[in-house]
Amino acid sequence: MATVPLQHSMTEGEWKQPSRGVVAMASLITAESSIFTIFVVAYLYYLGHDVAGPTPHDVLEIPYFGTVCLLSSSGFIMLAEHAIEHAKMAAFRLWWGVTILLGAIFLVDTGMEWQKLIVHDHLTIHTNLFGTCFYSLVGLHASHVVVGLLMMLVTLVFALTGHVRAEHAYRVKVLALYWHFVDAVWVVVFTVVYVVGR
Amino acid sequence: MGTESLPNIPGIEAGIDRTPAEKRAGTYLERVHEWIVTVDHKKLGILYISYALVFLLVAGAEAIMIRIQLFFPHNDFVSPYTFNRLFTMHGTTMVFLVGMPILFGFGNYLVPLMIGARDMAFPRLNAFSFWISAFAGLLLYYSFIGGVGLSGTGSAPDVAWFAYAPLTEKAFSPGHTVDYWAVALVASGIGSIGTAINIIATVFCMRCKGMTLFRMPLLPWLYATTSFLVLVAVSPLTACQAMLLIDRYLGGHFFDTQAGGSAILWAHFFWIFGHPEVYVLVLPAFAFANEIIPVFSRKAIFGYPAMVAASVGIGFISLSVWAHHMFTIGMTSFGNAFFTLSTMLVSIPTGIKTFNWLATIWGGKIRFATPMLFSIAFLFQWVIAGLTGIMLSISPWNWQLHNSYFVVAHFHYVLVGAIVFMIFAAIYYWYPKVTGRMLDERLGKWHFWLMVVGFHMTFDVMHFPGLLGMPRQIYTYESDRGWTLLNQIVSLGGFIQGIAVLILVYNLVHSYFRGRDAGPDPWDAWTLEWSTSSPPPAYNFVVDPVVASRRPLWDLKHPEDPDSAFE
Repeated sequence: MATVPLQHSMTEGEWKQPSRGVVAMASLITAESSIFTIFVVAYLYYLGHDVAGPTPHDVLEIPYFGTVCLLSSSGFIMLAEHAIEHAKMAAFRLWWGVTILLGAIFLVDTGMEWQKLIVHDHLTIHTNLFGTCFYSLVGLHASHVVVGLLMMLVTLVFALTGHVRAEHAYRVKVLALYWHFVDAVWVVVFTVVYVVGR
Repeated sequence: MGTESLPNIPGIEAGIDRTPAEKRAGTYLERVHEWIVTVDHKKLGILYISYALVFLLVAGAEAIMIRIQLFFPHNDFVSPYTFNRLFTMHGTTMVFLVGMPILFGFGNYLVPLMIGARDMAFPRLNAFSFWISAFAGLLLYYSFIGGVGLSGTGSAPDVAWFAYAPLTEKAFSPGHTVDYWAVALVASGIGSIGTAINIIATVFCMRCKGMTLFRMPLLPWLYATTSFLVLVAVSPLTACQAMLLIDRYLGGHFFDTQAGGSAILWAHFFWIFGHPEVYVLVLPAFAFANEIIPVFSRKAIFGYPAMVAASVGIGFISLSVWAHHMFTIGMTSFGNAFFTLSTMLVSIPTGIKTFNWLATIWGGKIRFATPMLFSIAFLFQWVIAGLTGIMLSISPWNWQLHNSYFVVAHFHYVLVGAIVFMIFAAIYYWYPKVTGRMLDERLGKWHFWLMVVGFHMTFDVMHFPGLLGMPRQIYTYESDRGWTLLNQIVSLGGFIQGIAVLILVYNLVHSYFRGRDAGPDPWDAWTLEWSTSSPPPAYNFVVDPVVASRRPLWDLKHPEDPDSAFE
């Protein structure tokens, strides 16, 4: 006997389970949240422990522009999700492109902020504890933005060449979930670094 | 499969691989290639387990060397520097290269079979996770060759498995040994997180028709809980390894005490990982007990919903107990009281589980096959380990005994007495499914009894030098302390355990070629993995199973009295 086939009459009706993409992305987000938590705790714990300057109050300026760009990109990606669900591929490509553009502007904004901090304020990762925590936490977030942008760029290329179609709406949604997470983390990082930390 | 006849169901024939076994095997190179590129959860499970067994022998050899060194006072079998490397590598290897991979291996192999799926949710992620974990092991051990740093100090890491800061900073650990340690742990962490995501997605999204969450066997439930713990506990380890690497390579100051960094923060971060890690390892051991004890007591598991609730409860409580590793570092009295109480709280769900296992055995028709013997020893040893755990959770008692051999004895009671014993039980229980052959029972009994005797000689006696004040991680001791005889008994017990493990290795190899034919269901068990051939075909089930109760095979074997009529 190689295999005992198990067949019972089903009384429950249709058999439905959650989709694996969403469950897996939720799990990944849980893991990533723990990583960010550790860096945020370190940042808060070390506030004011520096033995040498500069301090956050001296050098940090609130990045309003970049923040508005990044947070609004969450809205545009929702428009893109909505568009692909309804098979409006032109609208999808447009909103998807806008999302990428806004994410890229955020990155450039962060880069300009770092350039000012390094060149003008002489704050590097090596300077003091604040420098170490600041570049690590903001850099960790920025690296997530980079990963998100790369994945979205690949999707855009495939969309422009016609390989992403309406039936891929579900996969696009899973990727969008990651982007929403990246934006949500920025709310926390922004609050910790620029509101509480200053 | 071969000569075994198939049930006569129309439509099945088309799905069966009829190629003769010799033809399917191919040349030697083809078979090696097949194992390297495989995405089959069963093959990856076997790879995980074999990889872990190899490292079990390596880390076991390190333990034996530690015990030889401590056999006599002022022994010079190894140098103090080598001794530091030995206990660091022993601990790191056992946790990251033996414990995690072997448990993930069983999870990989069993979870899809038990929930009636044909593979994991993400087979390629599964292969990636295995190979990056394997890479982590090689990286860690390459430090023996490549670790000699700029100052020529040391080969392997020698900072203990918890690697307290600031010892790991560049100033105190020049050279590259700590880098090997940190990068290996990051790699192994990525593999663990990948597998955890995969197991969660598999359990929640890939169940066969009719298998609601509360009809799942307990093993997938516990693996889902373990995987959740991996997500929230192993990630902090990855994060603090990243911080350590930032310190070492980019000149950061996270744990640089001279620039205001904190050594205590490292301790917190490490134990936020370190304590849930114990439950990451022990929950799969519980999972094996949940499957093995009912089958060998011929009774359904007692209190299934309570078992689920207790397992998930352990998962949550274990996240809030980490600082009981840090009582001697100095905390506020509120902190001491909180972590004492939260630690004691763990004993409630674990107590529920223990009593449910006892109630399952109670009145059962017990078969004392090797898996059951190991499970019974596990029950006793787990209770004792829990009791010393409660003793150590009391902060004033802990101040007295912290970092003594009492603590070493306590956690080895958990790791060996509970986890390793259940891993052995699981090997004897599922080996017939994996290979199609039974392990030799006579050798199994030898293995069991030598293991029990050796274990109790080592770890019962080890409590006493701890109570007499012997600190852990010392490479030698004075002869007038009264520790000599105790240490010699401990070492002798260790050697006996070593022989027991070698018997297991012999049994594994011998039975693979000479073992009795197992057939699909040698233990008369009730979960889905026993409904397919041994070893199962690549696609697991010819027809997707449909289940109506927690014990689908019972229903099939006893149509006059099915569980599905009562659940």
